Amino acid sequence: MIKAILIFNNHGKPRLSKFYEHYTEDTEQQIIRETFHLVSKRDENVCNFLEGGMLIGGSDYKLIYRHYATLYFVFCVDSSESELGILDLIQVKVFVETLDKCFENVCELDLIFHVDKVHNILAEMVMGGMVLETNMNEIITQVDAQNKMEKSEAGIAGAPARAVSAVKNMNLPEMPRNINIGDISIKVPNLPSFK
Amino acid sequence: MPAPIRLRELIRTIRTARTQAEEREMIQKECAAIRSSFREEDNTYRCRNVAKLLYMHMLGYPAHFGQLECLKLIASQKFTDKRIGYLGAMLLLDERQDVHLLMTNCIKNDLNHSTQYVQGLALCTLGCMGSSEMCRDLAGEVEKLLKTSNSYLRKKAALCAVHVIRKVPELMEMFLPATKNLLSEKNHGVLHTSVVLLTEMCERSPDMLAHFRKNEKLVPQLVRILKNLIMSGYSPEHDVSGISDPFLQVRILRLLRILGKSDDDSSEAMNDILAQVATNTETSKNVGNAILYETVLTIMDIKSESGLRVLAINILGRFLLNNDKNIRYVALTSLLKTVQTDHNAVQRHRSTIVDCLKDLDVSIKRRAMELSFALVNGNNIRGMMKELLYFLDSCDPEFKADCASGVFLAAEKYAPSKRWHIDTIMRVLTTAGSYVRDDSVPNLIQLITNSVEMHAYTVQRLYKALLDDISQQPLVQVASWCIGEYGDLLVSGQCEEEEPIQVTEDEVLDVLEGLLVSNLSTPVTRGYSLTAIMKLSTRFSSVNRIKKVVSIYGSSIDVELQQRAVEYNALFKKYDHMRPALLERMPIMEKTATNGPTEIVQTNGETEPSVVEPKHPPPVTQPANQANDLLDLLGGNDVVPVIQTTLPTKPASAGGELLDLLGDLSLSGIPPMIAYNKNGLKIDFTFERANPNPNIAVITIHASNTTEADMTDFVFQAAVPKTFQLQLLSPSSNVVPALNQGTVTQVIRVLNPQKQQLRMRIKLTYTHKGSPVQDLAEVNNFPPQSWQ
Repeated sequence: MIKAILIFNNHGKPRLSKFYEHYTEDTEQQIIRETFHLVSKRDENVCNFLEGGMLIGGSDYKLIYRHYATLYFVFCVDSSESELGILDLIQVKVFVETLDKCFENVCELDLIFHVDKVHNILAEMVMGGMVLETNMNEIITQVDAQNKMEKSEAGIAGAPARAVSAVKNMNLPEMPRNINIGDISIKVPNLPSFK
Repeated sequence: MPAPIRLRELIRTIRTARTQAEEREMIQKECAAIRSSFREEDNTYRCRNVAKLLYMHMLGYPAHFGQLECLKLIASQKFTDKRIGYLGAMLLLDERQDVHLLMTNCIKNDLNHSTQYVQGLALCTLGCMGSSEMCRDLAGEVEKLLKTSNSYLRKKAALCAVHVIRKVPELMEMFLPATKNLLSEKNHGVLHTSVVLLTEMCERSPDMLAHFRKNEKLVPQLVRILKNLIMSGYSPEHDVSGISDPFLQVRILRLLRILGKSDDDSSEAMNDILAQVATNTETSKNVGNAILYETVLTIMDIKSESGLRVLAINILGRFLLNNDKNIRYVALTSLLKTVQTDHNAVQRHRSTIVDCLKDLDVSIKRRAMELSFALVNGNNIRGMMKELLYFLDSCDPEFKADCASGVFLAAEKYAPSKRWHIDTIMRVLTTAGSYVRDDSVPNLIQLITNSVEMHAYTVQRLYKALLDDISQQPLVQVASWCIGEYGDLLVSGQCEEEEPIQVTEDEVLDVLEGLLVSNLSTPVTRGYSLTAIMKLSTRFSSVNRIKKVVSIYGSSIDVELQQRAVEYNALFKKYDHMRPALLERMPIMEKTATNGPTEIVQTNGETEPSVVEPKHPPPVTQPANQANDLLDLLGGNDVVPVIQTTLPTKPASAGGELLDLLGDLSLSGIPPMIAYNKNGLKIDFTFERANPNPNIAVITIHASNTTEADMTDFVFQAAVPKTFQLQLLSPSSNVVPALNQGTVTQVIRVLNPQKQQLRMRIKLTYTHKGSPVQDLAEVNNFPPQSWQ
């Protein structure tokens, strides 16, 4: 079972925090700080597994993390999860690549400004601490459909967003570039015959 | 009221804050705005406000006032509202708030909604944070959804069911019928979650496990699915680096593991597919390794045939050579799990494991160290110990304590010779002396006393080590104890094993006094060295110097030192006649026997005085050196060496109290008997039966003396035939007073499981009128009731 999923940057500022077990707010913040402390001490070329800190349950729980550019993705799992499997989950096909597809070359700013969307994507992947879906395309389809539902309800405030997506989806036929009318000879009738 | 700002604006504003205080201020302002907006019951902007609130919650600011708003959002009709509302509920609410129960009705309605996404949201929230009451109410709905044909909902319902089962295990049976067709689904998402559900059910209840094995024929189904995954060609939607849906494969392997554990039929059905997976999976990428790892774990856990097991361990061996650290870590962890069962196979990879000790990665080093200790045996002890000692030298401080204790344990079990053992201990003490655990000091001392022929060698080496370095306390403590005991061997230069060094008595005393004054010594160490100096007074000839040292410390600030010094002073003055007896050599100590006492048990007779002052600390300073008060409480004697009992001894009248201490004993009306009566010494046996175990006979001996002179240094020993077991508790005292003025009592416990005739041979030693007396006798006249 996955106990928590945390994303924070190189300075320890949380970008996403989802806990699948109950902690008070203070404890949650402390856990984030402690995890950051443990993970940031690690060298670049050591293995990606760590024993969990005291707050999160000690040595029964493992921290599996990956460091991408400025962000740390940390999954805190217990012994029932396969460590290598979780690593794959974070990296290869699932979490990071899904984010990439949804946000088009995702970067830290995307995560900062669209926290709720990231939560929605995560909700399609991991539910109640267990892995729900691992097929990236499936996840993206679901998330897109839900986003569409949201947009359809948005009313006037959603107009700019709808306009953007409308333009993206517009099926414009090919614009003719050269309008060659050819030789137009306009026959003008003889005016004197008009009496 | 102007429209509240959007989430994006808020984030932008907060990011412009340059200090923590500025940020807090902005957030507080926004919180106030949100609160007033909530009070106005504004429907249009509620979801925007809650989104902002969730962001602030993530940064760590209190957001509890938004909980009710989340509920209102959930109850709204719009999808956007519901989405934010459920997200808020998952982040802000949990079982401890009473508010969460209000959600139950909303969730129930949403579970039956027409839109699948709304149903999905409800299932998600219920699966994340549903309390047991909610789960009980809504389990029926979840079960219905488990049977639907919509795969999107089915997979969510499966995971929600897992959560329900975790919260309310009694509801497991309810989901059983729905699981029948779960595995015939084509959709991999549903398959994946169904396998998770089945795994959870099997793990929770052995009945379910049995049911699944027999009735559902789960194993063949799973094998079939796994085979399809491996054999089917490239399928683009499930492919991850060339392997078809590795996540599903890993899950199925895990479920197979649970099904096959300790069950022969299932294990047999899986053997083929496991072999296939193990040989066909490509190992160049992480995904392949993940599957192989899971396969190896499964093979080790079920009752697989030996060929398969060897294959598994070889795969792990290959992992160890992999460049990727993650793989090596994982391999070491699984080897640790299997080393108990497949010891020989793992031994083959010993050299690779030992190489991992030199790895830079802390996690790998720790695993390698644990595994190395598990692999040590009689054959490889010398080589392994060399590597481990080298590791001890160079490793981080956090490892040193564990490594040192591991080395001690291994050395104790497999030491090829006593000299090697002592050398190893010396090496550990000198390199990692300050990290050694506290209880190893007494263990070491006991070990040293037991190797009698090595005393001279040991004390010489310890002395040399002391000359070099006095900062490591355990080393110093052991060394000063040994010098105190065997100082005469040191000075006489008797060592056979090594080149004997020339040491004079003064040099030895210099060293010990140096310990007393040094700032590096802890109070405990000082106690040790003072006692050592005192002991040397019987072994060395320069008593005056010792007397001077002892009297100086009579006014020391440290209470413990002062007390010792004062009492030792008293030994010089008033009790000088007792001094040689008190400070004699320690006998060989038996380890605290937890599995049955040996035939003859040596009592701690010779060196303990027969107490006149209850607070006199014995010339032994270990193992209770941290409990000097304990020494006082126990009245001084018989604290150490811990043989079988910690019963305090008191003067003769304590016989009755001893009986009380031994628990509920009923005097079973067995008549007492006279066991021995010669030369004025009479020994009576009285019997009780220990109630908790009727096979144990408890015999109390009473020794009395009819002559006019006391019998001092009285020691009673007993031996019984092999079918019995004997336990001798400590005597009440060592002096049998003259003219029947008192008796010495001692308790013997005899275990007689075969109810044979009790016979005993006793040996008595004592000093009478200045000359030692020894006698052997057989006691055969035990009354029949004592052994029936």
